[in-house]
Amino acid sequence: MAEAALKIVPAPEAAPAAKSLLRFITCGSVDDGKSTLLGRLLWETNSVFEDQAEALERDSKRFGTTGDVPDLALLVDGLAAEREQGITIDVAYRYFGTPKRAFIAADTPGHEQYTRNMATGASTADVAIILVDARKGILPQTRRHSYIVSMIGVRDVIIAVNKMDLVDYSEEVFRKIEADYAALVPTLGFTNIHVLPLSARAGDNVTGPSEKTPWYKGPSLLHLLETMETRTGEDAKFRLPVQWVNRPHLDFRGFSGTIASGEIRVGDAITVLPRGQSSRVSGILLPSGEAQAAQGGDAATLTFTDEIDCSRGDVIVSSASAGKGTRHVNVRLLALTETPAQPGKAYLVKLGTAMTGARIESFEYAVDVHDYSTKPASALPMNGIGLARVYFETPLYASRYKDCRITGSLLLIDPVTNEAVALGVIESVQAEVAQTGTEEDLPVLRHLGRAFSGIGALPDGASQPDVIRYTVWRLWSGALVGLVAGLFAQSFLAGALVALADIILRPILRGTHDRLFSRWQAYRAQREQEKLSVDGGGI
Amino acid sequence: MKPLTHLQRLEAEAIFIIREVAATCEKPVLLYSIGKDSAVLLHLAVKAFLPGKLPFPLLHVDTGWKFREMIEFRDATAARLGVELLVHMNPDGVAQGIGPITHGSAVHTDVMKTQGLKQALDKYGFDAAFGGARRDEEKSRAKERVFSLRSADHRWDPKAQRPEPWALFNTKKHQGESFRVFPLSNWTESDVWDYIAQENIPVVPLYFAKERPIVTRNGALIMRDDERLPLNPGESVEMRMVRFRTLGCYPLTGAVDSAAATLPEILAEMRESRVSERQGRVIDNDGASSMEKKKQEGYF
Repeated sequence: MAEAALKIVPAPEAAPAAKSLLRFITCGSVDDGKSTLLGRLLWETNSVFEDQAEALERDSKRFGTTGDVPDLALLVDGLAAEREQGITIDVAYRYFGTPKRAFIAADTPGHEQYTRNMATGASTADVAIILVDARKGILPQTRRHSYIVSMIGVRDVIIAVNKMDLVDYSEEVFRKIEADYAALVPTLGFTNIHVLPLSARAGDNVTGPSEKTPWYKGPSLLHLLETMETRTGEDAKFRLPVQWVNRPHLDFRGFSGTIASGEIRVGDAITVLPRGQSSRVSGILLPSGEAQAAQGGDAATLTFTDEIDCSRGDVIVSSASAGKGTRHVNVRLLALTETPAQPGKAYLVKLGTAMTGARIESFEYAVDVHDYSTKPASALPMNGIGLARVYFETPLYASRYKDCRITGSLLLIDPVTNEAVALGVIESVQAEVAQTGTEEDLPVLRHLGRAFSGIGALPDGASQPDVIRYTVWRLWSGALVGLVAGLFAQSFLAGALVALADIILRPILRGTHDRLFSRWQAYRAQREQEKLSVDGGGI
Repeated sequence: MKPLTHLQRLEAEAIFIIREVAATCEKPVLLYSIGKDSAVLLHLAVKAFLPGKLPFPLLHVDTGWKFREMIEFRDATAARLGVELLVHMNPDGVAQGIGPITHGSAVHTDVMKTQGLKQALDKYGFDAAFGGARRDEEKSRAKERVFSLRSADHRWDPKAQRPEPWALFNTKKHQGESFRVFPLSNWTESDVWDYIAQENIPVVPLYFAKERPIVTRNGALIMRDDERLPLNPGESVEMRMVRFRTLGCYPLTGAVDSAAATLPEILAEMRESRVSERQGRVIDNDGASSMEKKKQEGYF
C-alpha cells in the first residue's frame, strides 16, 4: 500500500547506496495549484522540518491565500518578489524522498512569458507532471506545457487533474478530461501517459488512495512516482565529451569528462572527433578508483595506448560507430532573451563541452505552441520556438537529441552580452561534405573541370560524377556549336575555332555572371540587415 | 552494468561542474569553510583531478571567532592533502575590533564574512569561487543556479539569473564579473552524511556528540569555546552532551542535545529529526527574506 511510504522512516542500512533517483517537473498555470501540490508532497513525506512548518504558519497569515489553513504553496514559493505577486517566476528545486527513491522536483512557472524557465526545468526531468484544473479542463496552456516537455524529450507524463474537490469528485468530469487529453497527444510522442484525479489542497490521491474517488482504481501520485520506470529512448553508442586534459607528469596523459552515453572497456578502440584520430583505451579512472569498464553518467578519466591529439571540446567515441564532425545541424530552438534570435548574427554555440562561432542560417518555420501549427519566421522572439538551420564555424561532433541528449543539445550565446539567446535540441545532423576526398581522388579531373566550368560555375563541394558529367557535356555541346558553325562557314578551321571559343568562353562568362549576381544579392541582403538594425526591425 | 545510484549520480554531477570551472575560468578558488559540506566539496575536487593535483587553492575567510577545533582541523586537512590554503581575515574589521558579542551578529557577519570574502576575492583576483551551499538549505537557495553570476561589486541579482538547461553551463562572463559555483546544489543534508560515511571523509569532531561547556542563551545552546564569551547575570556554564549540525562562528552557532557520537548514529538521528539544520544559525531568522537580502549584498 502507498500508505507505508508516507513517512521518511530511518531507512535500512543498505538503503542509501541502492536508492534510485527520479527527477520530475511540475507544470501548470498560476491557479492550477502546482505549488500546493508540491508543498503537499513535501508535507506528507515528512520533508518539511518543524521550524519550516512554524515559519509556514507565520507566513500563511501574512501572504497566504487559504485563510486559516496553512498555505502549503508557501513551502515552495521562495523569492520575496514572487510572494508579492503570488506567482512562481523562477525554477525552484525541491528535494524529498521515501525509502525507495530520492526525488528532485523542479517547480516551474506557468505563465507563457516563463516558457523558457519551464524548458530549463524540463531539460533534466525524467517525468513531467502537467496540472489541469478539473473545473476548466484542457486549456491552451495545457497544450503549451505538453508541447514543451515533448520538445525537451520527456517521454513519461502524468496528467494531474487537480481541484477534484471543487467538481464534487465527478467521474464524468474526469473521464472527459482524460478523453480530451488522449485526443491531443498522438502528435507529441509520449510513451506513457497517466491521468490522475487529485486534490492537492485536500490531499486526495496524492500520497494514498482517496475514499472520495472510489471509481478511480489507479495508483496515487506518490506511489506512481516511486514505481515508474522511465526511458529516454537514447541509443547505446559510446560518447564522452572531453572536459579537461589531465597531464600531471610526463607518464600520464588522461582525458576527463562525463560519459554522455554507452559503455567503454579497457582495450576498446576509440576515435576522437572531429579530429578523426584513433587509439585504444589503456585505462579508466572513476571516482571509485581504477576500473575495467565505465558507463553513461560516470565522471571518468581515460588513457589511450597512443599519443593522439585530443583536447577540450572533442568527443571520444567508439571507433565502430565513429561518424564525422559537422558544420550544419537542424535545431529546434527556443529563444531565451528579449533580443530575438536572428539569422546572420554572430553567436557562440556551446554543444557538449565544445564552443565555437555559429550562425542561424535560416528558420524553416516557427511553431505555435497552442495549436501546434507552423508558420514562416524570420526571427524568434523570447519564448518563441522554431526549427532553424544552424551553421558552426568549425566542425563539431553532434548527434540527434533523441539519440543522445548531451551531444544533441546546444546553447547559442551572444558574444557581446554573454547571454544565452536560445537553447536548442538537434533534430538532424548534416554529414560533412567530403570536399578533400574528391580532390585527393581525382585532382587532374577536378582542375580540368574547374578550367572548363569557370570558377564559380561548378558549385563548391560538387562530387566527382558531377565534375565528369559537366566536363563531358561542355566538350560535347562545344563540339556541336562548332559543327553547326563549320557547316555554315563551309570551313573546318572556322568550326574548330568556334567550338574551342565556346568551350572556353561560355563557362568563364557564366562564372563571371554568377559571381556578379551573387554579389548583388549579398548587397541587397546587407541593405536589408542595415535597415533592420537602424529601426530595430519593429522589435 | 548496474545503473548509477542516487549518490553516484550526485557525485558525477559535482565532479562535472568542478571540471567545467577549472577548464573555463582563469583563476578559480575553493571557499573552504571547514564544515561537512566543505569537506565533501574538497573530497570531490581532489577526485576530479586525480592523479593530478588540485589545480586551485583553498580560501578560508576567517572571522576570528571560529571554534578552535575548526582551525586545527583546517590546517591539518590542508597538510594532509598537500593543497594550498589561503586564509584571509578582514584587517579593517580586526582593527575596529568587530565581533559578534560587541557588535551583534548582523554587523559581525557583514564585516567579517561578507566584506572579508569580497576583499579576499579582489585581492587575489579570483574569477570563480566554489561554495558548498545546497539548494535544500534555505528557500532562497532553492532557486540559486549552479553557476551564479556576480557583478564586479559581487552583487547577486535574483531576477537576472541565467537559464541552466541540461548541464550546458554558460561560463562566459565579462571582465570583473565572477561566478559563485555550487557543485553540491542538488545534495541534501542526508546525502552529504551518506557520502561522508561511504567515502570515510574526515570531518571536524564538533559534529559528534561529546560533553562540552554550554551556556543556554535565548533558547540556543552556545558553546563557550574561550574566555571572550562573557556570561550574563544568572548564566552559568554547564557540561552538556551536545553536537553541532552546522558550524560557524561559535557565539552564533547553536548546538543540539545529542548522544550521536559515531557516523551511523548521526545518520540515524538525522533521519528521525524534524528540525532543519539551519535552525541553529542565528543569522537566518531576522525575517522571511533575510538570506535573500544578504545574498544580494554579496553574502555567499
